[in-house]
Amino acid sequence: MSFAPDVETFSFPDELRPEIDRILAKYPEARKQSAVMPLLHLAQRQHGGWLPKAALDHVAEFLEMPKIRVYEVASFYDMYNTKPTGRVQVRVCTTTPCWLCGSDDIVRAAKDTLGLEIGESSEDGRFFLREFECLGACCNAPMMWIDDDYYEDLDYAKAVAVLEALKRGETPEPGPQSGRKGSEPKGERKTLVEAGRSSRTPKQPEAATQPSSAPVPDETPVRKGRPEDHQHEPTDPIAEAADEQVGKVKNGSLGDEAVAIDPEPGRTTTTKKDAD
Amino acid sequence: MPKLTIDGQEIEVPAGSTVLQACEAAGREIPVFCFHPRLQIAGNCRMCLVEMEKSPKPIASCAMPAGDGMVIKTDTPQVHKARKGVLELLLINHPLDCPICDQGGECDLQDITLFYGPDSSRFAENKRPVADKYLGPLISTHMTRCIHCTRCIRFLDEIAGVEELGACDRGEHMEITTWIESALTSEMSGNIIDLCPVGALNSKPYEYRARTWELRKTESIDVMDAVGSNIRVDARGSEVMRILPRLHEDVNEEWISDKTRFAYDGLKKRRLDVPFVKKDGKLATSTWRAAFAAIRDELKDVPGNRIGFVIGDQVDCETMVLVKDLATALGSPNVDCRQDGTKLTAAARGAYLFNTTIAGIEQADACLLIGTNPRHEAPLVNARLRKRSRMGGFKVGRIGEPFDLTYPVTDLGAGGQTLRELSDGKHSFAEVLENASRPMLILGQGPLARADGAAILALAGEVAERFGMVGDDWNGFNVLHTAASRVGGLDLGLVPGEGGLDVAGMLQPGALDVLFLVGADEVEAKGLDGTFVVYMGTHGDRGVHGADVILPGAAFTEKHGTYVNTEGRPQRAKLAVFPPGEAKEDWKILRALSEVLGLTLPLNTMGDVRRRMAEIAPSLARIDEIEPAPFGGFGVAGDIGAEPFASPLRDFYLTNPIARASSVMQECSTLFVQGGSTGATGTHG
Repeated sequence: MSFAPDVETFSFPDELRPEIDRILAKYPEARKQSAVMPLLHLAQRQHGGWLPKAALDHVAEFLEMPKIRVYEVASFYDMYNTKPTGRVQVRVCTTTPCWLCGSDDIVRAAKDTLGLEIGESSEDGRFFLREFECLGACCNAPMMWIDDDYYEDLDYAKAVAVLEALKRGETPEPGPQSGRKGSEPKGERKTLVEAGRSSRTPKQPEAATQPSSAPVPDETPVRKGRPEDHQHEPTDPIAEAADEQVGKVKNGSLGDEAVAIDPEPGRTTTTKKDAD
Repeated sequence: MPKLTIDGQEIEVPAGSTVLQACEAAGREIPVFCFHPRLQIAGNCRMCLVEMEKSPKPIASCAMPAGDGMVIKTDTPQVHKARKGVLELLLINHPLDCPICDQGGECDLQDITLFYGPDSSRFAENKRPVADKYLGPLISTHMTRCIHCTRCIRFLDEIAGVEELGACDRGEHMEITTWIESALTSEMSGNIIDLCPVGALNSKPYEYRARTWELRKTESIDVMDAVGSNIRVDARGSEVMRILPRLHEDVNEEWISDKTRFAYDGLKKRRLDVPFVKKDGKLATSTWRAAFAAIRDELKDVPGNRIGFVIGDQVDCETMVLVKDLATALGSPNVDCRQDGTKLTAAARGAYLFNTTIAGIEQADACLLIGTNPRHEAPLVNARLRKRSRMGGFKVGRIGEPFDLTYPVTDLGAGGQTLRELSDGKHSFAEVLENASRPMLILGQGPLARADGAAILALAGEVAERFGMVGDDWNGFNVLHTAASRVGGLDLGLVPGEGGLDVAGMLQPGALDVLFLVGADEVEAKGLDGTFVVYMGTHGDRGVHGADVILPGAAFTEKHGTYVNTEGRPQRAKLAVFPPGEAKEDWKILRALSEVLGLTLPLNTMGDVRRRMAEIAPSLARIDEIEPAPFGGFGVAGDIGAEPFASPLRDFYLTNPIARASSVMQECSTLFVQGGSTGATGTHG
């Protein structure tokens, strides 16, 4: 393997056509230039992690926009690479929260394991190591972003393990490497442990008492958060109150899905409720 | 009409104004870098910060719409502090190379820093390095000086219509670039040099040649095309150092084309600076006395109808007055100012003017282009058309060659056939013209110069009539000229008299005994063996081939002269430098010649000449005023050939002797027209 070559011509293959159409359908015909960013991502993925000039020109032609406008976009955003890079893109977050939690170690681990300095690609074209500004996973700091996945709660050894696995051609399990789920608190629960003081008892409108009229979401409920986030002491009165409400809904037609009706009409959110 | 208070003064401004405009209306000066009244608002330099009551932070006045009841303060400690802060930040990466910077002396950053800036910097680190960019043979760059106002980007996007510059990368790494190091392909790109508020974009030919305060500034008129752009000629000693645009809202706004701006080096090359007389088949330097004597000897006993005059494209009206009177005195009916053989006549003024006027284009709602490429024939007319097009609700159709005019154009067809269909109402574009309330058409010189030009003119007149292009307050019939002298020549009636020969007739071998080429360089006078050819002009260009006597004349920067633009607007060019060597002002040459010939013309001063000019064509005495011309008198109806209409200009950069002598224009021609390479690399220039 080596870097994806700089090419003279570039075009989207027919297989990508449905995906391109799906992207273009989001924007009015007259404003199709708005699709420049998703199409650049598509092109970058197709071309092994970076965008040769031919790809930028092709996107410009494809969207009928001046080339310089595409160059501006591609150079403005950090996640487009306009110079050859390795295929596996290893980005270590080094912004303050990660740094405080030891991102220096992660950088060191990456340098040691991959044998690369920041901003370098390996000679065989497999890995590209770079620093990145905050990736929004501060609650799981420190972290790395490798291709499409976040590897969180790292320390030197765990980072080395992830990268070694990648080097062996395996795909390590993404997410926190510390064993915790998502960004649940480390250790014992420390908030909402006291009983009865809160006035924030969930208010449910009539819908809760007339389950049959509760709006039923017409799509598969989106999982928000992780089920374990809702684990609690059974004696927690707030949780009990919530359970009571949920229970009513549960008795209706929604199975284990809790429906919270937003005061704003037309908006319905669902949360998955685990059975206690 | 929002009413606001600025520094305690109440002022009412038109709706849609910005706070900046309101402040200016109230007589407050607000420093700006990125704001430009003819470009869209960017609001990125932050120089125009002012204080607004109830706003916790200062506001960018260029981007804030003026609202009713706003209380603005422009002279408070907070405003002063904000300006100082902005300037300190701008100067962090700006080099302190003012002493060698071309912009020094006319630099916004320099001036504004002097008045509003801090006296020192707290920045001790290295300044940011930025590689200079290659933007072609006209513009040199010093990108470390760039303050990212983005005026150049906006100009090219909005006015020139060539989206080639952009801001790549971001934050501290932002750079203005073409990304691929290619020359800008706009024929108006030079204007970004004027727009640049610092010394980042400079004129390449002018670079390091002069300081602004050494230059003598003369307000003049351009003759590179028939637009009559208002220019300022900056000269030092006997040399024209540069040409800049001057504001004229109705003509060129504040832009000029690259040919106008950069062809001036042609004024210093291949110049004729002494008279020449042919001896033993070879041209030899001579004296005025000897040259006049040679002409006198040759003209002896030659009947008037064997003498002819061809007038060139850059001849001033004063000279043409003398030509007219001299031809009359010699009894010659063979006078023609239409070098390219265009079939326009002097009789119907309305049929050869750009009647809508250039500013009038903004009122039109549909336009038909007939055999013209305004982008090259008159870049500033094209800029107006683009401006109108950007306002929306403007449909442009074209009969002729397809060419990117920088705005949407519907191609209707190639030639006379389509025009005929249109005049019969059979073409689909007829509906557009029918529904337009102010339609216009622009007829180029290409079709008019053909053998069937008169018939095309007649048909265009029919089209104008059919679609109601001419009314009480609207005249949509336009002829776009390419020669600066043409409208003046037609106004003065410099067309063949009764029984006279036109240009083509005069150039027939054996047709004449003596032929005067008055600055006429677009005609071939080579094979005229029996004809004694007198060339009077500025450059050793095409006209001197085959000349027997050469009289060195003055270029447009070297004499006072009147030029009438394509709209019929007379404007006066002024003397900026004296003619080189023994060259003389053209009208004086003819006046002196008339005396040698014993036909002394009674025009001894410029005043006399201009009085005579007003006698022949009263409209030429009313400077900068357009005399509306009546509609009608369009050619002679007839058959139109099947050949497609074509623009007469094959090479925008080399249309006249001055431009052809200019090495800058030659380089542009090589690069842009012939598609060649000048061997430019990223570090070029």
